[in-house]
Amino acid sequence: MSEQKISEHRLTQLKALEAESIHIMREVVAEFRNPVMLYSVGKDSSVMLHLARKAFYPAPLPFSLLHVDTGYKFKEMYEFRDNYCKEVGADLIVKRNEDAIAKGVNPKEHGVARCCGALKTKGLLDALEEGEYDAAFGGARRDEERSRAKERVFSLRDEFGQWDPKDQRPELWSLYNGKIHDGESVRVFPISNWTEMDVWLYIREENIPIVPLYFAKERLMVERKNFLIPYYEETKDQLLEGEEPKMIMSRFRTLGCGPCTGAVHSDATNMDEIVIEAAAARRSERETRIIDHGSNSMEDKKKEGYF
Amino acid sequence: MTELNIKMTKEIELLRLVTVGSVDDGKSTLIGRLLVDTKGAFEDQLLAVRKKKGTTHIASAAEIDLAMLTDGLSAEREQGITIDVAYRYFATPKRKFIMADCPGHEQYTRNMVTGASTAHAAIILIDARNGVLAQTKRHTHILGLLNIPHLIVAVNKMDLVDNDQNVFNQIRSDMKEYCAKQGINDLICLPMSALDGDMVAVRGDKMDWYKGETLLETLETLSALGGIDSKPFRMPVQLVNRPQTAELPDYRGFMGTIASGTVKVGDEVVSVPSGNTSTVKEIVTFDGNLEEAFAPQSVTLTLNDEIDVSRGDMLTHVGDKASDSKVLTANVCWIGDEPLTNRSKYVIKHTSNSVKAMVASIDFKTDIHTLDHLEDADELAMNEIGQITLKLMKPLHYDSYVDNRTTGSFIMIDTFTNNTVGAGMII
Repeated sequence: MSEQKISEHRLTQLKALEAESIHIMREVVAEFRNPVMLYSVGKDSSVMLHLARKAFYPAPLPFSLLHVDTGYKFKEMYEFRDNYCKEVGADLIVKRNEDAIAKGVNPKEHGVARCCGALKTKGLLDALEEGEYDAAFGGARRDEERSRAKERVFSLRDEFGQWDPKDQRPELWSLYNGKIHDGESVRVFPISNWTEMDVWLYIREENIPIVPLYFAKERLMVERKNFLIPYYEETKDQLLEGEEPKMIMSRFRTLGCGPCTGAVHSDATNMDEIVIEAAAARRSERETRIIDHGSNSMEDKKKEGYF
Repeated sequence: MTELNIKMTKEIELLRLVTVGSVDDGKSTLIGRLLVDTKGAFEDQLLAVRKKKGTTHIASAAEIDLAMLTDGLSAEREQGITIDVAYRYFATPKRKFIMADCPGHEQYTRNMVTGASTAHAAIILIDARNGVLAQTKRHTHILGLLNIPHLIVAVNKMDLVDNDQNVFNQIRSDMKEYCAKQGINDLICLPMSALDGDMVAVRGDKMDWYKGETLLETLETLSALGGIDSKPFRMPVQLVNRPQTAELPDYRGFMGTIASGTVKVGDEVVSVPSGNTSTVKEIVTFDGNLEEAFAPQSVTLTLNDEIDVSRGDMLTHVGDKASDSKVLTANVCWIGDEPLTNRSKYVIKHTSNSVKAMVASIDFKTDIHTLDHLEDADELAMNEIGQITLKLMKPLHYDSYVDNRTTGSFIMIDTFTNNTVGAGMII
């Protein structure tokens, strides 16, 4: 009889991950004065937001969502963000590095590293400082990139928002140390242990709304090296010599800024097909993100305070 | 992948693993091997660590530097050692695995404790040429203290000892003897060559004298991830849910992760330390109310009576209460830079509770080589293990660690630096 009882009470791996994420979010709300959830509008943010709704149900979310906008996101992302946040009753704060945007900082002229540094890292650090947040949830996963594989769930940041990967607090059992000094903060990664596959399976299982760009469609694209770059009338001056936009059946595996995120050839128009495609994928999703391609770039950016 | 496969992928269970071993035992190589052989690493990630620049396609694992795949920090790649715990993910059609890759370097033992604390199974790597080292013993002792349900000894680099069965047999009997001394009898030993892949995911043909399962088969078939649901019900309360909205003006829900056991609607529960009792009215989740919930689900309970329950309290069944005391005796792995000393004060974080504590005595320090108890110890330095007695500012409700890893464990926090300095397991 006890055999039977044990098998009845087993969680699938997705449900086990869900329970862990909810536990982490509740610890943060219990132990920190002013948490905020970083919301990037991508699929990982969608999963994180969905988990947060589960964690605090039937109460509304006990924190705001913070979108650090670069002004370069796809227009479908802005539409989705505004509609979905309204639908779930989330309090959305949008912050931008207005100085840099006014100066016209862009990846083509200033390089990807400087553009990201100004619009994303500085934009984020300024927004966190302005909001006096002592904890910020992020949707990063350890399987994404090798320096992220070393990140704690509660990741301590000094008063400059910097990460010291060589001196991280040991993290044992499900006991998270939330004690910090004035001026310090933590970045908390509740979906650390999820893989890209888990995220897609969970979105499918829970019917979580995501930006339509994740689904394949005939889209106007420019082929550049191994990437498909979406073409918009407004950004046609960013085309390189000899590039011609054409209609290509394609979708995005990961969403970032327009100029720096590529699409992939794909026929996956629904969640089943996306899951099947993700299972067969031979290259990681971050390959379509230009930010990752410098030497050691993610670790360096993270040390400086990048999400 | 078909519709049926999607369903299977969704329904597989999770197994948390840890790999430990001394420097150069080949941990990173083994993990790289598992990632490659289960397709847990993508082609672009493999190309980034190829040995020959300019290669655009990886035909075999021999072409990549497997260790580089897991050493994610620039300092690690410069020094050629693993500094910090890295978490890796791979799946087979039978299970999903979360693997903590723990550094073998002596000064980083604290990271091993971190990686091992949540593991259901541990892989202890031994270099066939070196046999059982002091560091292997230290790690095995810690794994025993952490009560990891399954220990797997992988005797690696068998290719460098001509796949000699006698070498393997000697190491196996040394490990069995060491483990028996501390009461660990459930030990799986297998020979392998992580670099070539023999006995990792595929059997190979060089060690035909070994008839047991490969490492991956072993991991896929390890028994009983569960069992915590058949222990007494424990739910440490993390938060009280009081929406105070127009629709729910008087709602009070107690939010927590069930540490062990099961709870049903109508069950009589007691909140400790207050001792107030009530019955479960609802088990609330976003996906609808449940009739029954079990560990390790995260739920919200409402009760039929208005009793005072807050963060740090624990809900249990009436008649099945946890122990409570202001004095705790525990095994401690010290992981702080400054040694633990007698009479010093720390904050103890135990479940959702934080309480001030003073070291009343260092009962003994364990000699890691002989397992002898050194009773005149006046401090525990970084990486040392011993038994201490703590005096608490207020009583904690707990179980012994061997009965319950969640309600029997705590961390010690330095009150000045706020760093996590100790890992405690209540006796």
